[in-house]
Amino acid sequence: MSSQKKFGLSTPYLLLLPGMGFLFTFFILPIINLAQTSTQTPVAGGDTGQYEQTLRFQNYIDAFVENKEQFGRSFVYAILATALALAIAYPLAYAIAFKSGKLKNLLLVLVVAPFFTSFLLRTIAWKQILGEQGFVVPTLRSLHLISESTTLTSSAFAVVAGMTYNFLPFMTLPLYASIDRIDPRTLEASGDLYANGFTTFRKVTFPLSLPGVVAGTLLTFIPAAGDYVNAAILGSPQTKMIGNVIDSRFFKIVDYPTASALSFTLMAAILILVTIYIRKAGTEELV
Amino acid sequence: MRKISRWFQRNLIRIYAVIAFTYLFIPIAYTFAFSFNDGGKSNLIWKGFTLSNWQNPCGAPEVCTALGNSIKIGFLATTIATILGTMIAFAIGRHNFRGRSTTNLLIFLPMATPEIVLGASLLSLFLVFKINPGFWPTVIAHVMFCISFVVVTVKARIASLDPRLEQAAMDLYANEAETFRRVTLPLVAPGIAGAALLAFSLSFDDFIITNFNSGTMVTFPKFVYVSATRGIPPQANVIGSSMFILAITIVALGQFVGRKRKVS
Repeated sequence: MSSQKKFGLSTPYLLLLPGMGFLFTFFILPIINLAQTSTQTPVAGGDTGQYEQTLRFQNYIDAFVENKEQFGRSFVYAILATALALAIAYPLAYAIAFKSGKLKNLLLVLVVAPFFTSFLLRTIAWKQILGEQGFVVPTLRSLHLISESTTLTSSAFAVVAGMTYNFLPFMTLPLYASIDRIDPRTLEASGDLYANGFTTFRKVTFPLSLPGVVAGTLLTFIPAAGDYVNAAILGSPQTKMIGNVIDSRFFKIVDYPTASALSFTLMAAILILVTIYIRKAGTEELV
Repeated sequence: MRKISRWFQRNLIRIYAVIAFTYLFIPIAYTFAFSFNDGGKSNLIWKGFTLSNWQNPCGAPEVCTALGNSIKIGFLATTIATILGTMIAFAIGRHNFRGRSTTNLLIFLPMATPEIVLGASLLSLFLVFKINPGFWPTVIAHVMFCISFVVVTVKARIASLDPRLEQAAMDLYANEAETFRRVTLPLVAPGIAGAALLAFSLSFDDFIITNFNSGTMVTFPKFVYVSATRGIPPQANVIGSSMFILAITIVALGQFVGRKRKVS
């Protein structure tokens, strides 16, 4: 492009400098600092919250062993919520892309619309709808579908359902984007070649929508694994996730090294999982 | 009977879509309905219809301070992130330079990092430099997580431009600056507007990162979270519902203007 000739090589760097400088200072430096904090130990005889660098890598093992349950729970919940969101969002995205006609734009706006009411308000709304004073539980009880002592909130079910709900638009949008790009003639061609509906889906539609599946599952899984708001509002002490632990280590116990070690482990685990997943799915052009 | 089942089969996916949308909108409808509840401070049980919450949205203590903070932070963070992000998007989308893949990676990483890690690490940096959490640290935090989303959105728009339009402008003796101002920028503008809208909604709705970096300052999501334990005042529902209506109106207007432009 001619602009390059005129300004030489410096134009892109000038454009990058402020933004990248910002990201370096407020994203990379904090992560480095987090890594440093994670190997610190309390100052002998110091106040609470005072730590010194002793390169104690044992912090990681201690933090992990102490909280492996919450770690496991975070990943199990996040995977369940991602799978559920995919199952709910795929047909929805398909319907919007292929069956909505003139309503397409309106429906797309409706998918994003929940974003515009605070997600906390929505999560609390679920808590009240499914809670003891809501109308769902008494109705189910009077129909004898659940027993008198069964509750819907304060359970693993509620936490996973809450996460599924909150991240559904993140799943639906990329799915829609890649399903919408599929040429309907390829599906017709598949039918002409005597493939039934299911075979067409398995061999044509789904593979073609794979970039959307990968993007959607990542956009759901990553925030879900680090989430603690759903667990805090809809869960109980038995459904604590690693996010809740990091939060309380930071604020209630002022145990910065453990909180940092846990954060770092969480980030590393997610990055490793995501890398393997992207490799397996064979769509590396995402980054 | 046959006819009904055939109709059912053909419209199965449409019926499904209706159910899915109902699911998406149940808590919004609930929030809207309870904004009219005459429930006093705690808004847990339906006590009767009233308009007073809407007439007096600042009636509950702190709710409007929190809203004001959220709006201020949202505007500042959106403006800064949109400018910085758009510049990066132009650099990546329009230039080949050494370190491009590293740049792409650095843009991707904040999106792949859980919010709690972003929030916690930034707070620990502020603590090292003895900066107290509060208004500006929160703005910085929001700019940080919004930039990547702006870059991705604007970059997609730049990539979809037809390069021949700019070549045509050059052929008609427009210089670099003129071409950029009169052709490129207007073409990319919808992407930038979309990115800004996205950044604002991310910032306005953020709780986790804000909670780490805001200290004692209250934002709207923080207000909701803190008051959740003793019941959220109906005024919060009023604000949530108004934001929803406002956003839908903006989107609808945008669609309308866009369609008019296409016609003319």
